[in-house]
Amino acid sequence: MENVLLELKNITKRFPGVVANDQVSLSLYKGEIHALLGENGAGKTTLISMLYGLLRPDEGEIWMHGKSVAMRSPNQAIALGIGLVPQHPLLVAKHTALENLALGLTTGALLELNSLRKRFLEISQRYGLAVSPDVPVWQLSAGEKQRLELLRALARGSQILILDEPTAALAPLEVEQLFKVLAQLRLEGLAVVMISHKLEEVLSICDRVTVLRKGKVVASQAIGGLSKADLSRMMVGREVTFERSKTVQKAGQILLEVKNICANSDQGLEALKNISFDVNSGEILGIAGVSGNGQLELAEVLAGLRTGSSGELHFLGSSIASDLPDQRFKKGIAHIPEDRIGQGIVPELSVMDNLALRGYAQAPLGGTFLNPQAMLSFALERISSFDIATPSPHTRARTLSGGNIQKIILARELSGDPKLILAIHPTHGLDVGATEGVHRTLLEAREKGVGVLLISEDLDEILLLSDRVAVMHSGKIKGIFETQTADRNQIGALMAGSSL
Amino acid sequence: MMRFLEPDLNPPRYKVALVSSVALILAALASSLVIWGFGVNPLEAIGAILKGTFGDWAGFAEIIRRAIPLLLIGAGLSLAFRAKFFNIGAEGQLLMGAACAGGVALFSPLSGAVGIIAMFAAGFVGGALWCWIPAFLRQRLNVSEILSTLMLNYVATFLLLWLIGGPWKGKTVFGYNRSDPFPDWAILPLIPGTYIHWITLLLGLILSVILQIVLLRSRFGYELQVVGGNPRAAQYAGISSSKVIFGVALISGGLAGLAGVGEVAGIHNRLLDPSQISLGYGFTAIIVAWLARGNPLTVILSSLLMGFVFASGDVLKLNLGMPTKVVDVISGLTLFFLIGSEPFMLLKRRKKV
Repeated sequence: MENVLLELKNITKRFPGVVANDQVSLSLYKGEIHALLGENGAGKTTLISMLYGLLRPDEGEIWMHGKSVAMRSPNQAIALGIGLVPQHPLLVAKHTALENLALGLTTGALLELNSLRKRFLEISQRYGLAVSPDVPVWQLSAGEKQRLELLRALARGSQILILDEPTAALAPLEVEQLFKVLAQLRLEGLAVVMISHKLEEVLSICDRVTVLRKGKVVASQAIGGLSKADLSRMMVGREVTFERSKTVQKAGQILLEVKNICANSDQGLEALKNISFDVNSGEILGIAGVSGNGQLELAEVLAGLRTGSSGELHFLGSSIASDLPDQRFKKGIAHIPEDRIGQGIVPELSVMDNLALRGYAQAPLGGTFLNPQAMLSFALERISSFDIATPSPHTRARTLSGGNIQKIILARELSGDPKLILAIHPTHGLDVGATEGVHRTLLEAREKGVGVLLISEDLDEILLLSDRVAVMHSGKIKGIFETQTADRNQIGALMAGSSL
Repeated sequence: MMRFLEPDLNPPRYKVALVSSVALILAALASSLVIWGFGVNPLEAIGAILKGTFGDWAGFAEIIRRAIPLLLIGAGLSLAFRAKFFNIGAEGQLLMGAACAGGVALFSPLSGAVGIIAMFAAGFVGGALWCWIPAFLRQRLNVSEILSTLMLNYVATFLLLWLIGGPWKGKTVFGYNRSDPFPDWAILPLIPGTYIHWITLLLGLILSVILQIVLLRSRFGYELQVVGGNPRAAQYAGISSSKVIFGVALISGGLAGLAGVGEVAGIHNRLLDPSQISLGYGFTAIIVAWLARGNPLTVILSSLLMGFVFASGDVLKLNLGMPTKVVDVISGLTLFFLIGSEPFMLLKRRKKV
């Protein structure tokens, strides 16, 4: 097989208590884009880490050019022509794009920036990777940073590129640009391995797919003829529905009124510029936009974690601008925070204690003194109604999977029968099964007349769940649309910064 | 090595006990080497230590006497450390507590039980206020409490030196820098034949039980654990970090102040040189709190252990003529081995898959 670039043969890797990769075999061919699919914890990251020399397999071999190679370090992987484009760029923010390219390419004592610049422009032109070389990295957009990472991998002479969730932080337009680049790479005979949770994208760009489930390969085949449902069945091991049944709701009362809110970011820059919108009962208002355009600040202002510099905030007709986060919760505003481990839970405390975070200060769970019996029975009830997979209520929260941690947060936030849910990136990083669960919970709440403000980077998710979509860009609402009549391309363009 | 070992997230108790015991035995062996280096036969030294501490009631009472300040300070510090407020200024807070109690004893018109209560109250307030300063600096100006509490130890030391050499210098002490002896009412009763000022001991035992309940069963304890475990989650839930930080600062400072009251009113009966009031209890209590894994109740045990180390040092000094600083070496070695044993507790042999 001359076209085989790389072969994994019966790779096994064990971690405490789990077999992360169990006899994994796969082949990479010249000129293919190979999707690596699997739920969280299926072993994708482990496999990639072994391919890039970050981990070593317990058993099995990696073959390149007809012989077994020992991948001992990323340096060795790079020397063998393997490049990694990480999900979160690993660049030096204060240095220019060109200087970042020099990092890892410079062998001598001196920086040969002139010859590097030539190389930079050459590659940039050849693959359509538009990045300006002299701009400091911190000024680049997410898409540009990713192109720079790609450029760096190509400049090192990579024949195999590994892309870890490359589209997670990109606007639709940038995704299209990326796919053009990938198509060009395929034409030139490179092999691309792409980890992704977005099945549409996988179906549109990839040639072959390997699906991992619980560390084992369940399929490694050409993608032609497969459907989204096929792929997710392979990943999850059961049928997954993508239809989200939504009844048409009567227009409800106005729950939340946001009027001309302005706020600054942590850096003191103007992050929200005159934001206004309403959320009604029984509707899901989606806020679409690429991360970093003010969504974080908006969520914090609404939850009471950040003070706006001007504007009004009304909930059920009265101002909540001066209410603290816990007072807002008591009034009926639940908050599913963006950073679920960094903000949503206390990792070292038990599942039971984490479930009590909203209720510990008053009866029945507590007061001046806690009521352990009530806390335990509350925890047991929540664990069973939200199907939280935990060995016991006393298990430390940090030992659970991301999906189960999100269930703890949902179970806690929905415990007070909220009237409004602020759901910030509620399915980010969750696998298909867990995502389905979160979606179902939000839609059920909507059926009951709860209003939901959904902030997400995933436009598909927003269009799937929302009744109305607001598009956010550089701190402004660029437009609000009825989802049923919304034009996906127009929304995508607004997300990328164009005006109506 | 990691090929054969894996993390043990919930080590069973017997394993913790076993590993700690082995660490303590190794610490004893290493200490023996140090003792041997001084030309003393380690076996003889160990014999003398055992005889001088566990051998009779008077010896055992010495362990308890040393454990009293460690118990009070350690119980407070275990709460502070749980809230990630790294108070390493208990030494200075102890001295300020001692100074305030001394002020009450020397200059107030009080007497009897009221006077003793006033002394403890003043000591608590003195220690608490001394710890309030770093808490304030941290919450308002973002000053690291590690540095400010540490530095305030020196300020407290020199403040006390100034008091006993200046305005509070005794009329009957001639060239010494110390205060007059306390009046009789301000001298804490001892268990006869010992130096155990039992009021302070009782206070320490009661407070460590109360703090354990506060930590695990009260709203304040819950908030404290959330603030210590994840400050952003605390903010998210509307928990005031300031309330918690000031709370643990006042508690841990106040308890250190109480320990200071016990030392001056129970043992020395006057204010004297800071290095004589405290033998570094404020620092050793950090080890005590750490050994107890932040549980005030367990501090009762760990303070006895470090009390034993102190008492052993006295035996070595008095019976075998070794320098007092050998205590620091032995407690240092004990800590070294106990911390070094941690990975063995938190790892277990990998099972064949």
